[in-house]
Amino acid sequence: MLTRLSARLVAMSVAGLARVLTGVLPNWRGCLPEARQRVYIANHTSHGDFVLIWTVLPHALRRQTRPVAALDYWGGGGMRGFIGREVFNAVLIDRKAAAPGQDALAVVIDAVGAGASLIYFPEGTRNTTDEVLLPLKSGLYRLARARPDIEIVPAWIDNMARVMPKGEFLPVPLLCSVTFGTPLLLQPDEDKAAFMGRARDALLALKPEERDR
Amino acid sequence: MSLPQEAITLFLGLAGVLVAATAVGQALKRRAGCAQSSTVENLNARVFAWWVMVALIGVAFLVGKAGVILLFAFASFAALREFITLTYTRRGDHWALMLAFFVGIPVQYYLVWIEWYGLYSIFIPVYGFLILPIVAVVRGDTTHFLSRIASLQWGLMICVFCVSHIPALLTLDIPGFEGKKLLLVAFLVTVVQGSDVLQYVFGKLFGRRKVAPALSPSKTWEGLVGGVASATVLGAGLWWLTPFSPAQAAAMALVTCLMGFFGGLVLSAIKRDRGVKDWGRMIEGHGGMLDRLDSVIFAAPIFFHLTRFWYVP
Repeated sequence: MLTRLSARLVAMSVAGLARVLTGVLPNWRGCLPEARQRVYIANHTSHGDFVLIWTVLPHALRRQTRPVAALDYWGGGGMRGFIGREVFNAVLIDRKAAAPGQDALAVVIDAVGAGASLIYFPEGTRNTTDEVLLPLKSGLYRLARARPDIEIVPAWIDNMARVMPKGEFLPVPLLCSVTFGTPLLLQPDEDKAAFMGRARDALLALKPEERDR
Repeated sequence: MSLPQEAITLFLGLAGVLVAATAVGQALKRRAGCAQSSTVENLNARVFAWWVMVALIGVAFLVGKAGVILLFAFASFAALREFITLTYTRRGDHWALMLAFFVGIPVQYYLVWIEWYGLYSIFIPVYGFLILPIVAVVRGDTTHFLSRIASLQWGLMICVFCVSHIPALLTLDIPGFEGKKLLLVAFLVTVVQGSDVLQYVFGKLFGRRKVAPALSPSKTWEGLVGGVASATVLGAGLWWLTPFSPAQAAAMALVTCLMGFFGGLVLSAIKRDRGVKDWGRMIEGHGGMLDRLDSVIFAAPIFFHLTRFWYVP
């Protein structure tokens, strides 16, 4: 009870802090925030990414939306574990599982089976390179094949890499945005390469135009 | 600090203007019917945002000096966040950026709070100017170094130093004006924002010839002349808020409105260069914080120093 309450309070404060630092606003470009089960897939540059998506979702949708996160980072003890497990009710993936693949993804498919929406980063890890988007991991395809009925909503998180660059631990306040695109569904005859290509293109299409100096 | 009678009169007047503007906006909306006009929609969004902004300033005035300082410190934060978002930064700027946001803003407004004129007037142009490039250079990234550091310094000057001169008006000791310092803030903000609104109204009604087509598609000669002239008259009519005579108030209003107009042009030029129409989306109908503050930013330090030069012994 007390844990639930403090988790709710921490969740509200984290969302409030994200708003103060990033003024984050959603662009619902390809769909509307509907109360249906979805998998939000997004580019991943910072530990704050899932917080931004969670923050721009309407309250009713937040409760049913769980981030998929790494067990080794968000699943431990202490504050990080509290935030991962209690506050955001993360679906924790064991990246270092002895038999990676199907097993690591099973918890994710179970969570979808239990009715949760997901925040999922298909790059598999934070992108700290100069590349715009890392190659997407095939877990996304296996998830889509396991549940072809669930909408996959591409989302582009802009500017978060500047808020908290690699190696820095304090965020600098800069405006961020989350742009949601048109939902994807796995087509019956679509193979892995075609689907993964479509997901990648859908993500990149949402990226705001690059401003050079 | 209790609210002077003049401030209550002014806020009642502003509320009256907003009631009228709301009525006109709703009437236009009804006349437009189903045919959605983006101009009318934007007008109503702007009017609604004005209600919120006048209410916020009203609350700040009720709190007094601390309220006004906090309000503009927050405005500086939002403005600097918009400004830096649109400039080119690199990882090596992280410490300098942290310093600008989390030391620059609080210290500047603290200095205004303790009324240390000798330091708040040089803290950013001298200490910030020299310390920031030092903090950035130790990170060793020389790519576009000058333009990176110059942008940050410019951002601090525009968004923090200049904006802080609005609450700094509360630190001026003008003989015979004790207990009424809030009114100077009210005068400056009302006249400059009034000039923006009047330029918009005259421009929409009579605007034909563009005054700076390369910088702003919406600014016209008709809007400029009509807006600045009427805002000067407005300033003269508000002389009772100030230690100025009506003629002096008109002159002050004219100078601040012209500064405000050119301030808008300067910040438009930066937006154009960065390829955006608005600084942000914070204020519905207006754009970002900087879109609303651009004119006051350029007017405030000049108004502050003219007042200080002539009226503070």
